[in-house]
Amino acid sequence: MMSDPILKVENLKVHFPVDVGTFFSNKAQLKAVDGVSFELNEGETLAIVGESGCGKSTLGRAVLQLLHNTEGQVIWMGENITGYSVKAMRPLRNEMQIIFQDPLASLNPRMTIGEIIAEPLATHNPDMPKEQVKSRVREMMDIVGLLPRMINRYPHEFSGGQCQRIGIARAMILQPKVIVCDEPVSALDVSIQAQIINLLGELQKRFGLSLLFISHDLSIIRHISHRVMVLYLGNVMEIAEKDELYNSPRHPYTQALISAVPVPDPDKEAHKKRIVLKGDLPSPINPPSGCVFRTRCLYADQQCEREKPDLNTLTEASVKSTHQVACHKQAEIHRTN
Amino acid sequence: MSLLAKPNDRMAAVLDQQAEACIDEIAGRSLWQDARIRLMRNKAAVVSMIILTIITLLAIFAPWLSSHPFDEVYWDFIQVAPNFSEGFWFGTDENGRDLFVRTLYGARVSLMVGLVATTVSLIIGVTYGAVAGYMGGRVDNLMMRFVDILYSLPFMFFVIILMVIFGRHIFLIFVALGAVEWLTMARIVRGQTMAIKKKEFIEAAHASGVSTTKIIFRHIVPNILGPVIVYMTLTIPQVILTESFLSFLGLGVQEPLTSWGVLISEGAKVMESAPWMLAFPATFLAVTLFCFNFIGDGLRDALDPKDR
Repeated sequence: MMSDPILKVENLKVHFPVDVGTFFSNKAQLKAVDGVSFELNEGETLAIVGESGCGKSTLGRAVLQLLHNTEGQVIWMGENITGYSVKAMRPLRNEMQIIFQDPLASLNPRMTIGEIIAEPLATHNPDMPKEQVKSRVREMMDIVGLLPRMINRYPHEFSGGQCQRIGIARAMILQPKVIVCDEPVSALDVSIQAQIINLLGELQKRFGLSLLFISHDLSIIRHISHRVMVLYLGNVMEIAEKDELYNSPRHPYTQALISAVPVPDPDKEAHKKRIVLKGDLPSPINPPSGCVFRTRCLYADQQCEREKPDLNTLTEASVKSTHQVACHKQAEIHRTN
Repeated sequence: MSLLAKPNDRMAAVLDQQAEACIDEIAGRSLWQDARIRLMRNKAAVVSMIILTIITLLAIFAPWLSSHPFDEVYWDFIQVAPNFSEGFWFGTDENGRDLFVRTLYGARVSLMVGLVATTVSLIIGVTYGAVAGYMGGRVDNLMMRFVDILYSLPFMFFVIILMVIFGRHIFLIFVALGAVEWLTMARIVRGQTMAIKKKEFIEAAHASGVSTTKIIFRHIVPNILGPVIVYMTLTIPQVILTESFLSFLGLGVQEPLTSWGVLISEGAKVMESAPWMLAFPATFLAVTLFCFNFIGDGLRDALDPKDR
């Protein structure tokens, strides 16, 4: 185990009030994130995986306090930053940054990329001389693989992959400790995806970055992450070290997800056992009682309907002590497999 | 207009500075430059801009273009038709004043009203709308209900009250028109702001700790200027027309100063005996309005090529 985690999230809940009903405005709660806890260590990549609408992005934003959480705590290097105002957060913003899914939408079309990358720097160091800002920008462009002579170009003059590099340069220029990557490659071509992933990996090694890597692509996560957290309907299903999660997934949901990853070998792919889940993701406004996954689970019984399973650390000797699963049935399932 | 010129000036300054610092840097082509190139390809808009420039220059240099002062009464030339030998190129009015100079003086007032009232509406409307749209929630609700209340005030009633309280003064026309025109501008800007503020680059600015004021004026306003500029070019003729209407009703500028509305109103009375008194100011007004509308159309196509 490393020293104290850089970021610690305890029982984080983000609920949004929504209007339901046509005539009377009945306020209901959309439970986007419903009690998530995790730790992020220095230099580590924690991947957050789950299907659309499971609260991945909301979680990422709540961690950065871009959204206010309803309950729970976000502890940043020992400091509880939950509910900090915009002003109180400002000095901390240079330590934590975010990279977005849509590379072009995350860049202001009216600014040159030099201005875009320089903005965080100028915001946090208003007295820094212009030449120094510029040389830092050029240096950072070089690091992320952009030609520094492109500094005066505009975002629409770049390809998607290059735009994502600009976004990374903007996030990196303050040399933050944590970057939340909100599906940074899902809008890119596969070949470009690899480049961006490798770039993030290099930056992590070079600067000792911690990454919170949000994605729904398990192949990419396997490549970049150290640990993986599986999210379903705002709840954590399973957290484990990468290899353990991929080799012996314990939660039925994780098993289904992993069985869906395509294997780049047609023969193996054809004979692969595939677990197909029935039904759709239930509404987060009205989640199922007990275990949220039970409506689609192959093993669910009455206990799953009554009690919400806790996230328990596996006690078997053969697994690492960091493997946690939230399932009543995981021991039985493991035995029968 | 100051807001309009700003991004380009800033960009030019940045470009110059950086060109000196490093020669091998590639100059980018901004969306503004793209828009300018597209606008320059639009013949109607370019011709309109040339005509408007000519009218503006005529209005500015009016006192030096003719030997006749605008308020001098020539007793020997009451309501004469255009007459080149005496220098009355557009003829004279029923008081024996030179119509050419008066038309150009009218252009001064009309264009000034158009520009000042639009600028006022631009500054108030953009700031107000951007703040309301960006803040959202209760602040937005409160600010926009205030706009709704002002909207529901009858405009003529408002002008007449102003006239009664403060007396007839050209400044009041600016105030009255500006006070009414910014409402629509605020609504347009608010709507645009609400669409832009969900974009990820705003969130990125947030995540970098950029202040709210900076987000509004650096990230939101430049991105909504397109529709704002288009609306502005369509507001100018509207304001000019409203001023003409007020003057036509006798609520506008004070004699001997004049505006196109006043001239048209005088000309309309003697349309049959002295058609030139209606024809010249009316032509000027119509041409100006046409030009502004063509420019507005051109700008809309240039700034948002997807909308065509």
